[in-house]
Amino acid sequence: MKKLINTPERLVDEELAGMALAHADLIRVEEPNIIVRRDAPRKGKVGVISGGGSGHEPMHGGFVGLGMLDAACPGAVFTSPVPDQMLAATKAVNGGVGVLHIVKNYTGDIMNFEIAAELAGAAGIEVKSVVMADDVAVKDSLWTAGRRGVGGTVLAEKIVGAAAEKNADLATLAALCQKVQDNVRSMGMALTSCTVPAAGKPTFEIGDDEMEIGVGIHGEPGRERRKLATADEITEALAVPIIDDLPFKRGDRVLAFVNGLGGTPLIELYVVYRKLAAILDGRGITIARNLVGSYITSLDMAGCSITLLRLDDELIRLWDAPVHTAALRW
Amino acid sequence: MAITTAELADAVDTFAGRIHAAKEELTTLDSAIGDADHGINMDRGMSAVREILRELRQGDPGALFTQTGMKLISTVGGASGPLYGTFFLRLGTSLGETPEVTPRRLAEALRAGLEGVKARGKAELGDKTMVDAMTPAVEAFEAGADGDLTTALAAAATAAAGGRDRVTPVVARKGRASYLGERSAGHQDPGATSTTILFESLRDALAVTG
Repeated sequence: MKKLINTPERLVDEELAGMALAHADLIRVEEPNIIVRRDAPRKGKVGVISGGGSGHEPMHGGFVGLGMLDAACPGAVFTSPVPDQMLAATKAVNGGVGVLHIVKNYTGDIMNFEIAAELAGAAGIEVKSVVMADDVAVKDSLWTAGRRGVGGTVLAEKIVGAAAEKNADLATLAALCQKVQDNVRSMGMALTSCTVPAAGKPTFEIGDDEMEIGVGIHGEPGRERRKLATADEITEALAVPIIDDLPFKRGDRVLAFVNGLGGTPLIELYVVYRKLAAILDGRGITIARNLVGSYITSLDMAGCSITLLRLDDELIRLWDAPVHTAALRW
Repeated sequence: MAITTAELADAVDTFAGRIHAAKEELTTLDSAIGDADHGINMDRGMSAVREILRELRQGDPGALFTQTGMKLISTVGGASGPLYGTFFLRLGTSLGETPEVTPRRLAEALRAGLEGVKARGKAELGDKTMVDAMTPAVEAFEAGADGDLTTALAAAATAAAGGRDRVTPVVARKGRASYLGERSAGHQDPGATSTTILFESLRDALAVTG
């Protein structure tokens, strides 16, 4: 393992210390490891928080700031945060009108947020939770943990954060977040594994001529291993299941999000975006907005994910609204 | 024959030690069908529990298990934190201030722990989770709780291992392994493995020798 790490045990703490120094104008870092918007809590504003394992940077800590999240709770690498963190974050951003929890659909995240919401409720803070589950690689059924929350989460946090900035109420924000979830689909692929620092070696072995299709963001293997293909073929293999799943139809306006998983350079992401634009154009789907870059990652994994969000005027307006965070700003 | 708080604390300590020893194995199992952190997370939590065990030995069994559960919820994260945390919390609540624990009382507490895990994780038998090792273990212990404690504990540990092995060929329906679909079949479940270690720790720490 060759990494810019002092010790795996101190990795998250040292990262947070660095973030606090680098972005002191936007955030503050508090015990027990929560990233809070500098001006939180704001009276009369619904607090919007999210959280999850570390290793997905810039998600979620890089999205704390004006027009996006009020707080983020980073757990250990790939491990959901503990309820103490979400409870502390909920209290730190409580402006008296409730707090929204945006939760990615993983067994651990769901349970830890659930316990925190119960404790916050007992402390007199109204909490609503929306679960993001947009990964079409997972076959959804009543009998499994269900779809994973992936790229759609970034878009939901931006859009919901924009509405919260305009003092929308808790019920409205929860409904808006659900609307994003209902209209967003994603799928990812990996060229390499990633290395969990505490484990010290790649999570899975993969040949030079192989790729994993349908991976999540925790280095877990995907649904199937295939022979390596060209960028255009890979883009097609991700885009088609996404389009067919919602389904996205001729005449739809979408936000097209091409995301790097941490070890893939931007030059390759634009190659994927170019092909994605052609595929959507061929189906009469208009890209009204886009996002290209590494925003929800899986440590040093090489690979990418594609996320499509069906837009309407409301979502476009909220997407365009000002945002000022460490990772996203306009 | 009642079990004392000190003996139960020894069992928790044994569990912590064996989780530490099995850290690599659990993480390797989790790398195959999960996210490569089960051993690391459980070891972090049980190491934190170890730090408060000396103090907990002095109190009642209810406090021992309640504090163990709360410490796990606060330090482990992931799915294991709330699940093992809930298990120990329910054990503690069930035992309350009972100064000495009979095998029958322990059986009731283990049952409460199991029901807590199922309620929190919404997993059922056959989903390929820790429930698959815990259910047969609790049932075996209940069946033997009026007889010899050592025999009942041995039966529980054997049943846990049997449950763990029974779901190895099965396709996972809960937890991160479920994302792999068919590919999860043939892999031993990390959660069922750590649960087997738990019952083996109870067996070896509480067995009446001589």
